[in-house]
Amino acid sequence: MKLTIPEQELMEKGHMACLGCGGSLAMRYLLKALGKDTMMAIPACCWAVIPGVFPYSCLEIPLQYVAFEATGAAISGMEAALKAKGKKDGVTVVGWAGDGGTVDIGIQALSGAVERGHDVKYVCYDNEAYMNTGIQRSSATPKGAWTTTTPVGNTRFWKQTNKKNIVEIMAAHDIPYACTASVAYPEDLIKKAKKMKDIKGPCYMHIYAPCPTGWKYPPEKTIELSRLATESCIFPLYEVTYGKYKINKDIKDEKKKPIIDYLRSQGRFRKLDEETIRSLQKHVDDEWIKLKKKVECFGEE
Amino acid sequence: MPDDHEINYNSYKELPPSPIATGSSLVFKTGGWRTMRPIIDLEKCKKCGICWKYCPDVSIIIVEDLPKVDLDYCKGCGICANECPFDAIVMVEEESI
Repeated sequence: MKLTIPEQELMEKGHMACLGCGGSLAMRYLLKALGKDTMMAIPACCWAVIPGVFPYSCLEIPLQYVAFEATGAAISGMEAALKAKGKKDGVTVVGWAGDGGTVDIGIQALSGAVERGHDVKYVCYDNEAYMNTGIQRSSATPKGAWTTTTPVGNTRFWKQTNKKNIVEIMAAHDIPYACTASVAYPEDLIKKAKKMKDIKGPCYMHIYAPCPTGWKYPPEKTIELSRLATESCIFPLYEVTYGKYKINKDIKDEKKKPIIDYLRSQGRFRKLDEETIRSLQKHVDDEWIKLKKKVECFGEE
Repeated sequence: MPDDHEINYNSYKELPPSPIATGSSLVFKTGGWRTMRPIIDLEKCKKCGICWKYCPDVSIIIVEDLPKVDLDYCKGCGICANECPFDAIVMVEEESI
């Protein structure tokens, strides 16, 4: 059999993720790319429960659980300790957090860690809400989504503000490498993770990881939905290497899909009216044009 | 049942000084969660490896160059059946087997 991604598995069977979990796929691909010489810090997120209860774990790498806001600080400390011991060579220090632990609660520790220039890799798997505690809104939740704290009823309607663009925030820190990846494109994800491993200095990766439980769609659609998100330019795949933009999955204008297919396949967008969908489509189009302009102006030669 | 993965602490005195996980999650037979079972039609299979690639539970194993479902751990999410480009995998209700 011809396999397109490395065969080595560092994530065991028997983990506690829901059916069709995008986050567990993201971890599987990332560990395939980084190999066993990896140290990881995980704050409170879905992955704090997925490895299993004490004394069992599904990951074959050293792993430390840290407080919600402290991922950036923890990986900085791990890197500094490895350096002091003279064992940093060949070891990748990874912070792995959900979107809440990255864009809301963990953002100052992350900002500090990358600003100090530690040789750490930060990976955020984005399921667009606090899924572990029961689907509360985070600032990575897109506009128009239902969550338990942005309920849809007679007096209140879905989330009113747009998603925070964390990759741009990270690129604005002037770090060597920031990128987005999706579980529907594992080859691309693994390529980026390997590139990240080779770069000395802080790197940031944002992985799109659909959540069947929170987004209210059947579990078999995980890959289909993340592919649709990229094809309709809701979640474009791009990377920023030393300030140079590059789109990894270019979507031609005639092949670009309308976002309505994406919205209608999920229960969390079920109550959206036509007008809101039009405004969401306009926002997605504007963001895509903005990204293409950036590639035009600051692209790789 | 590979019970050799299991760890038993009979008293608090046996516990490690800090909570370090030493066991493997192979003790959790998550196959019990399953309501739909994937059945692979090996005649239709073109050995592309897509089902193996997209399995979130690492439950498609490759035996003698052919995919096989590890029923001890497969949760039955159906991603393999949905992604198979040759429709070689179908999901069947557990109770009907």
